[in-house]
Amino acid sequence: MSEYGPLKFHVPEPPGRPGDAPNFDGIVIPEAGSVRRPDVDCPAADMKELASTMIRVLNTDGEAVGEWAEGLDDDVLLKGLKNMIRVRAYDERMMTLQRQGKTSFYMKCTGEEAIAVGFRAALSKGDMNFPTYRQQGLLLSTDYPMVDMICQILSNSRDPLKGRQLPIMYSSKEHGFFSISGNLGTQFIQAVGWAMASAIKGDTKVAAGWIGDGSTAATDFHASLVNASVYKPPVILNVVNNQWAISSFRGIAGGDHATFAERALGYDIPALRVDGNDFLAVYAASKWAVDRARHGFGPTLIEWVTYRVAPHSTSDDPSQYRPKEESEAWPLGDPILRLKNYLVARKLWSDEQQVQAEAEYNDEIRAATKEAESYGVMGSGASPKDMFDDVYKEMPQHLREQRQKMGV
Amino acid sequence: MPRMSMIEAIRDAMDVKLGQDDNVVVYGEDVGYFGGVFRCTAGLQKKYGTNRVFDSPINESGIVGTAIGMGAYGIRPCVEIQFADYIYPAYDQIVSEAARIRYRSNKDFTCPITIRTPCGGGIFGGQTHSQSPESLFTHVSGVKTVIPSNPYDAKGLLIASIEDDDPVIFLEPKRLYNGPFDGHHDRPASNWSKHPLGEVPEGHYTVEIGKAKVFAEGDDVTILTYGTMVYVAEAAVKETGINAEIIDLRSLMPLDIDTVVKSVEKTGRCMVLHEATLTSGFGAELAAQVQERCFYHLESPVVRVAGWDTPYPHAQEWDYFPGPARVGKELKAMMEA
Ligand SMILES: Cc1ncc(C[n+]2csc(CCOP(=O)(O)OP(=O)(O)O)c2C)c(N)n1
Ligand SMILES: [Mg+2]
Repeated sequence: MSEYGPLKFHVPEPPGRPGDAPNFDGIVIPEAGSVRRPDVDCPAADMKELASTMIRVLNTDGEAVGEWAEGLDDDVLLKGLKNMIRVRAYDERMMTLQRQGKTSFYMKCTGEEAIAVGFRAALSKGDMNFPTYRQQGLLLSTDYPMVDMICQILSNSRDPLKGRQLPIMYSSKEHGFFSISGNLGTQFIQAVGWAMASAIKGDTKVAAGWIGDGSTAATDFHASLVNASVYKPPVILNVVNNQWAISSFRGIAGGDHATFAERALGYDIPALRVDGNDFLAVYAASKWAVDRARHGFGPTLIEWVTYRVAPHSTSDDPSQYRPKEESEAWPLGDPILRLKNYLVARKLWSDEQQVQAEAEYNDEIRAATKEAESYGVMGSGASPKDMFDDVYKEMPQHLREQRQKMGV
Repeated sequence: MPRMSMIEAIRDAMDVKLGQDDNVVVYGEDVGYFGGVFRCTAGLQKKYGTNRVFDSPINESGIVGTAIGMGAYGIRPCVEIQFADYIYPAYDQIVSEAARIRYRSNKDFTCPITIRTPCGGGIFGGQTHSQSPESLFTHVSGVKTVIPSNPYDAKGLLIASIEDDDPVIFLEPKRLYNGPFDGHHDRPASNWSKHPLGEVPEGHYTVEIGKAKVFAEGDDVTILTYGTMVYVAEAAVKETGINAEIIDLRSLMPLDIDTVVKSVEKTGRCMVLHEATLTSGFGAELAAQVQERCFYHLESPVVRVAGWDTPYPHAQEWDYFPGPARVGKELKAMMEA
């Protein structure tokens, strides 16, 4: 008889499915302030434990504690709160537009606002993000005109991308926002390349790659780590771990027992694992990594631990695959509420100001939507004539002929 | 006879094979518990367990690479790539590996895998949910490329693909999942429950890979097409009143050239119609073969109607898509030529 039993095929299972009680026992949450803050030139090998724990600044009493709480500018925090309120209000309004049939598609970042907004606050002009579709907070934290964003969503006559791209796949070089592709993972490695160019040219600009937990499975993620490891360019590799990739939980990307941050360690890349719903922690960690990159100490991978409160997209229904109460049970709370409570406790902000800010942003968004709609809704303003432009710099003969044939 | 949508027919094909053959496994992104973003595998994991039907990491080269490894072991994976637009990370595995394993090992190893993937436009999906990459596969020696246009063929061809000992790229025109679509996007959508091709036999049957179907008989011009364009051709023919023969190729590689030649020799004219971009599209191959084999029967040049040579645009979808008006116009022009 063989000493071996039959092998078993392993497929990871999430802790809960519809009908089950939410279960976040697997998410270990250290006390706020318990994680040390190394110097920005610390070798990766000397800070390995930061990939396995979780950097948190706000404690349960709403106080900012520990080494990562030091030197955070109140103005940035106030601005961050406002930007997060703006992002959430924008998402709600764009969902409404989709329901009204004025656009075909939308994706929200509800519950994840602190990450893009907090990270953007640590960047400087000239830096470049390579975002996914869930980083609208990067653009909405800049002076990029909201009307232009909505025109893109409506694919109307003022759509800066001329109707060519799916709604929300914005692009603005001036605002450090690289054109979103839609193919997962492809742009993470491009961020590494952009940062390599900054080093080749002897500049001081940094790049930021963005990827979801699910997409870390993509081959390009691993290509990014090896290239970042070899050339040590000024890049921040952001992994937004919102626990879900459509219907697949993080374990299907290999993130059940190992953290996503730990993937960097084998490449000698320093990694931080951060409470992504704690704006102070987000901003502090972002500043650390950007500072490190800009000083020439190379790449950092940051895993932002958060939760995708929203459906994957307007085409998705999460009640089909995860426990209904899961998002309420998420132990890291709501990033807006947490920052608000902190600022209110410090008397830098008030409930009235919160209500007022919400009203102001709603007004701003309503006005921007109205203006955008005046340029047309869903495809009504995009011209077929533009379709043939920009395939190449100079239009080749065959495209000129095709355009003529189409009669535009 | 049961009536099925194309989604149900595809699911039923996998169900039949999973039930008949312990060696069949089904996997892909969101394919297991959830049953696929288009629901093609809904219920299969529950029925057959996670050993047979499971979720994959978001890594298309991994999906195809592991399938090739399983095939080498002797089992038969039928994998899903969520959209054909996301198949490119797997292209190296398909082109350099799957396609050549039989040849380079002198059949010591084979690659009995099926790669299902939704293709084509018509759903306002923009450039990453609309592409028709069939010619990227027909250009590669060693893979078969199949594209059904209705529930009956979808089930029969998918069972044949899973049973095939060579790798098959199984393209599913997603705009046909729920009903035939003739390009009149402004009219109400129809569904398969009212269409004769929505009748799908229960249990096992196959549609032979490499056999085209004469979809509509006619005498004056042959339209060679496949996938969604079969119904666009049908509408254009109806609207122009031209007596055209529509051939649904169903399988691009291998190609049923005998059916093509027979029809073109009869009609003396040929239009090649596909959704994919024109240049170096599969239509170029068809036009070349028709010219080589039927030159002395042709009364006018072979005409290609296809997607324009641009990335698939979002808002201009209906300008881009070769709809019935464009097809009808070209048909009329060629009848006058
Ligand atoms: C290469 C590729 N494969 C598959 C898809 C389809 N797809 C779009 S989003 C998504 C899930 C991504 O999950 P994650 O990376 O966790 O990001 P999140 O949506 O949670 O922000 C999938 C599978 C795609 N866009 N590109
Ligand atoms: Mg995710």
